[in-house]
Amino acid sequence: MEKTAVFKGKFLPYLLLVPQLVITLVFFYWPASQAVWQSFLREDAFGLNSEFIGLENYQALLAQPEYYKSMVTTLVFSSLVAALSLSIALLFATQADKNLKAAPTFKVMMIWPYAVAPAVAGVLWLFIFHPSLGTMARPLRLMGFNWNPMLNGNHAMALVVMAAVWKQIAYNFLFFLAGLQAIPRSVLEAGAIDGAGPYRRFWTITFPLLSPTTFFLLVVNVVYVFFDTFGIIDAVTGGGPAGATTTMVYKVYADGRLGGDLGGSAAQSVILMVIVIALTAIQFRYVERKVQY
Amino acid sequence: MANVSLRNVRKTYPGGFEAIKGIDFEIGDGQFCVLVGPSGCGKSTLLRMVAGLETVTSGEVDIGGRVVNEIEPADRDIAMVFQNYALYPHMSVYNNMAYGLRNRGMPKPEIDTRVREAAQTLELAGMLDRKPRQLSGGQRQRVAMGRAIVRQPKVFLFDEPLSNLDAKLRVAMRVEIRKLQRRLKTTSIYVTHDQLEAMTLADILVVMNGGQVEQIGSPLDIYRKPATTFVASFIGAPPMNLIRLSGDEIRAQFAGDSRSAAETGILGVRPEDLAISSEATADGGITLNLTVEAIERVGAETFVYGTRARAEKAVSATPGELPEGEVIVRIPGQDAPAIGASIRATAPRDKLHLFSADGRNRIDI
Repeated sequence: MEKTAVFKGKFLPYLLLVPQLVITLVFFYWPASQAVWQSFLREDAFGLNSEFIGLENYQALLAQPEYYKSMVTTLVFSSLVAALSLSIALLFATQADKNLKAAPTFKVMMIWPYAVAPAVAGVLWLFIFHPSLGTMARPLRLMGFNWNPMLNGNHAMALVVMAAVWKQIAYNFLFFLAGLQAIPRSVLEAGAIDGAGPYRRFWTITFPLLSPTTFFLLVVNVVYVFFDTFGIIDAVTGGGPAGATTTMVYKVYADGRLGGDLGGSAAQSVILMVIVIALTAIQFRYVERKVQY
Repeated sequence: MANVSLRNVRKTYPGGFEAIKGIDFEIGDGQFCVLVGPSGCGKSTLLRMVAGLETVTSGEVDIGGRVVNEIEPADRDIAMVFQNYALYPHMSVYNNMAYGLRNRGMPKPEIDTRVREAAQTLELAGMLDRKPRQLSGGQRQRVAMGRAIVRQPKVFLFDEPLSNLDAKLRVAMRVEIRKLQRRLKTTSIYVTHDQLEAMTLADILVVMNGGQVEQIGSPLDIYRKPATTFVASFIGAPPMNLIRLSGDEIRAQFAGDSRSAAETGILGVRPEDLAISSEATADGGITLNLTVEAIERVGAETFVYGTRARAEKAVSATPGELPEGEVIVRIPGQDAPAIGASIRATAPRDKLHLFSADGRNRIDI
């Protein structure tokens, strides 16, 4: 059903759009255009003057093997985090949706991690898994597992993935639970009478009916892993060891803030922005078609 | 093809609420049983217990000679039509009907034959590729029916399947369901709160109230001889007039038959058995002196609402919802007395019903 409001004057509709437009302009288009402009400039080491160098920043960037490495790292990290946080959250939500006595308590406890700031979550996990201080590191070593995220890149990746997943599960859980509760009970009962066991019922009825929620969460989670996991990575590994956990967004920060290469960093931002926009567009274009509304 | 027997079936919820308080009855093979009662009487709960969607606290549910208390809904060989249809919104009409057959591993060609056959019967042949949201209410209802009949189950269960349809469609679908059931000869249990549906569909009518059975019988037997005042006012529209009588009044009214022995009681007379007459009845029937309060003309007949003189007190039984002292007279045609007029309504003796003072028992000759 189409809902349209008809305005008599030309003025009021634009007035109503102004707040939204102002916010988008000030907080997105302006900084984004600044980044694009900056990516064509080279600034001297003291930030006193800058010169226009065209695409040189991009050329330098694309000649760096580290840059491609950070792309691969981002791909591994983001697919792991999105897949794990979505599937674990869905599993928890299906359990919480059952009529169990402890369900309300379970729901509240599931939501808590979301209230923890990313950097704090990172520090938390760092403490648990710190090679010399961590409570889990000792048992791991006693079991003969040489756990050391400070030196081993795979261990470091596992640690940041765990922290990022742990934090995102709460959010995904909330949406999945709401989605599950919106599925009419009688449809699942009809499925039960139609001879579908719980497992088959889930994959042929619940999961397809949940697809609008899943799609929405997929988009949100991809954006989350690309940008919001910065705090966790910074607190836990600082991008190390040897760049093993340097994702694209972390490299933007490391090159710009720490390395002082503002132009190169801006060029990376622009590329990152293009990738995220493209990913979101692809999701809407292709994945949304499969979504059952 | 199966009998369904309920033996002392009870349902108590964890909070202690007793929804079903011991129900016994048997439905013969191929019979159409209708459970009717006001909302909250437990009729849907009972149906869901037969379906296996609610657990049975005690007693036995028996389908085709097998106690199914502990058997999953899928393995009970039943099909159910839900009030909101419960179609799978993401599947086409075809897949909605084929789903249950696929789950049971039926070969594809046979699924196809059955689905197309059902679609023919239900006039859905041109709509097999549509999604439920592209269908009208009546078409969705037919898909729900189709999903039940392709399975060729032992028992059909209907949970108020027509209550979401508009009045005209409801009448048409009611006839369709009856015809279909006659042809397939599948044992059916049908839940409704609509007494008209109950009367027209049922081979066996089960009137329920407060988690118990009030009366079981053929619709006409129940109409002719309601066992309690509840049944008397629930079955039949408008409801039966109920008038509380003292011992003296009973002796006067029923002089000469065994009913006159009752100390107190409730007299019942159906609106359609009353007639407006210029003189009092002489054959031992009843004469009511009424003041006309309201008139309802529905075309073929007219309902006259009157109140009685103070001396004659009426009772209103739940959910007959006739206020104290009000009497309805149903007369053919459109000619009705003026509002405010005094009229005399009479009914012959053989049309009178007598119930015990608490309304729980019928007193017969």
